[in-house]
Amino acid sequence: MNMSFEQKQSQLVVNLTGSFERADNPSMKEALFRLAWDVQTQRIVIHAQTLGTWDSSLVVVLYTLKKIALERGILFQSSTLPKQLNSLLDLALTVDRKPPQRNDETPDFLEVLGTIGINTCQAIGRGLIFIRDVMGALGRFFTKRVVMRSVDFWTELDNCGPKAVLIVSLISFMVGLILAFVGAIQLKTFGAQIFVASLVTIGMIRIMGAIMVGIIMAGRTGASYAATIGTMQVNEELDALKTMGIPVTDFLILPRLVTLVIAMPILVLLADFMGMLGGAFVGVLLLDIPAGEYWKYAWEAFGLTNFLVGLFHGLVFGFVIGLCGCYYGVQCGRNADSVGIATTKAVVWSIVWMIVLTGLITYLCEVIGI
Amino acid sequence: MKDTQAIIEARHVTMGYGDYVLQKDMNFTVNKHDIFIIMGGSGCGKSSLLRLLTGLNQPLKGDIFVKGINFTKADSDVQKNIMINNGILYQSGALFSSMTLAENVALPLQQYTDYSQQTIQELVSLKLALVGLAGFESFYPSEISGGMKKRAGLARALALDPEIVYFDEPSAGLDPISSKLLDDLMKNINQSLGTTLVVVTHELSSLLDIGTNGVFLDAETKTIIAQGHPKDLLKNPPNETVYEFLTRGKTEYVK
Repeated sequence: MNMSFEQKQSQLVVNLTGSFERADNPSMKEALFRLAWDVQTQRIVIHAQTLGTWDSSLVVVLYTLKKIALERGILFQSSTLPKQLNSLLDLALTVDRKPPQRNDETPDFLEVLGTIGINTCQAIGRGLIFIRDVMGALGRFFTKRVVMRSVDFWTELDNCGPKAVLIVSLISFMVGLILAFVGAIQLKTFGAQIFVASLVTIGMIRIMGAIMVGIIMAGRTGASYAATIGTMQVNEELDALKTMGIPVTDFLILPRLVTLVIAMPILVLLADFMGMLGGAFVGVLLLDIPAGEYWKYAWEAFGLTNFLVGLFHGLVFGFVIGLCGCYYGVQCGRNADSVGIATTKAVVWSIVWMIVLTGLITYLCEVIGI
Repeated sequence: MKDTQAIIEARHVTMGYGDYVLQKDMNFTVNKHDIFIIMGGSGCGKSSLLRLLTGLNQPLKGDIFVKGINFTKADSDVQKNIMINNGILYQSGALFSSMTLAENVALPLQQYTDYSQQTIQELVSLKLALVGLAGFESFYPSEISGGMKKRAGLARALALDPEIVYFDEPSAGLDPISSKLLDDLMKNINQSLGTTLVVVTHELSSLLDIGTNGVFLDAETKTIIAQGHPKDLLKNPPNETVYEFLTRGKTEYVK
């Protein structure tokens, strides 16, 4: 930095020579600004007759000096500076809009607690209103008064049905395989490997199949619903629908929700079968159980009640994932960050509600004895 | 004396997507310190040309030279170095919504300079002050208006003292006063920093007010049908299309 300065009586004289490009010397700047703030300094004089090329690293020093001079009401003499530099300083110091005052005070404990309480009540209220709207839309759907394009219905059905088959098959096969492995280690100690077939079958058809499909679909489809509808919120497409008098629940939410509720039990059926296939893979190929024996035990364990309870789980999970995905999409803010937050919330809350409802369904099954 | 050294040169550039040609055989030169306007009706390829000049798209044919270097054929490192020395103001400002205005402006400085943290903070304050946003450092993009977002975007574009700044529809979505303020700011920056500005716009008052040179793209013939100072083009329109455009649809063109 080709800069020198000295205090001559009441004057702070700053000499600028040569080139100023990407120049940075924090300690020198600090000393200069300290002198500018000094009460003895009544005038800042810039000597720049031999100044060469310059960039913002010089402008920022002069800008700070001139700001100090303005704040202290002392003279800033810069006539030797190039004309462009002076006009740049004038431009930077032209304040055409003052920032509004912001409340940066840290709220106290009670205020935080109150805010959390109010926000929670509001969130519950919004959730209930959303469910009410969706139920209204479902009513219109069954009475054929809904504003929904059939092409949207089939596209969504394709998205959450056939397009999910591969991933659901793969994961379910692997889960069946893992269940069989883990079970086999324990059962082997009693010489009861054959019961691996029963373990995998009951585990998959009663609950694991539905839960695995639920988690896959929450991450795959629920997230996609939140992101799509959230982006539509950012692009004001939801506003456009509202102003056209088309209910968002009918046009956007219903095709997604209904198709997912239809697709989920079918995917659970597929997951059950693939899980059993994974178990058979371990049982027959690695534990040397004869294939006929394996399927005999599997079929004995296969109870219709277990199977139907599994499918019912799938139906409920489809509803939960569809509701959460669409709800957080509709509640999304109006920037890119909000879409990410909406997607995360959709997945997290889908899984939370699935687990809570699994507990509830299990308890009810226990009570009614199935 | 004004330096008329060429800073951008397009030679026989054809642009489009796949087999679809938007504009063909474009030749033009942007000189240092120009405020160069890319004019034309909707769908003629103005924004696509800007994407070409900023390296976001590749031309189907031809070359673009930036400061004498063939930008189109240069390898990615050279292209990156050229782009670092250019600033871009996108239509919406394109500020990162999770960052404050100060963090947005500081990002290129932290990435590409060795300045101390204190100097970066001072530079951020200076850049925001230059665009009339002094004191807004801690605000998030969602807390400011559309016009302010554009100005903050400009502050970020100016962070590294670029030689060229590209603007995509700077007046779009702004009220006439904000639009005029932004035009004045662009002129100020051009004059005081000597920055070359390349502006895509179809805002008549703006292009006539700030432009010092430009090209007119025609969607029908898919070529450049006029070049020069926008005011000269208005005084002596070379054809009916340019006349109609610059007079807001008047049809009594006489050659």
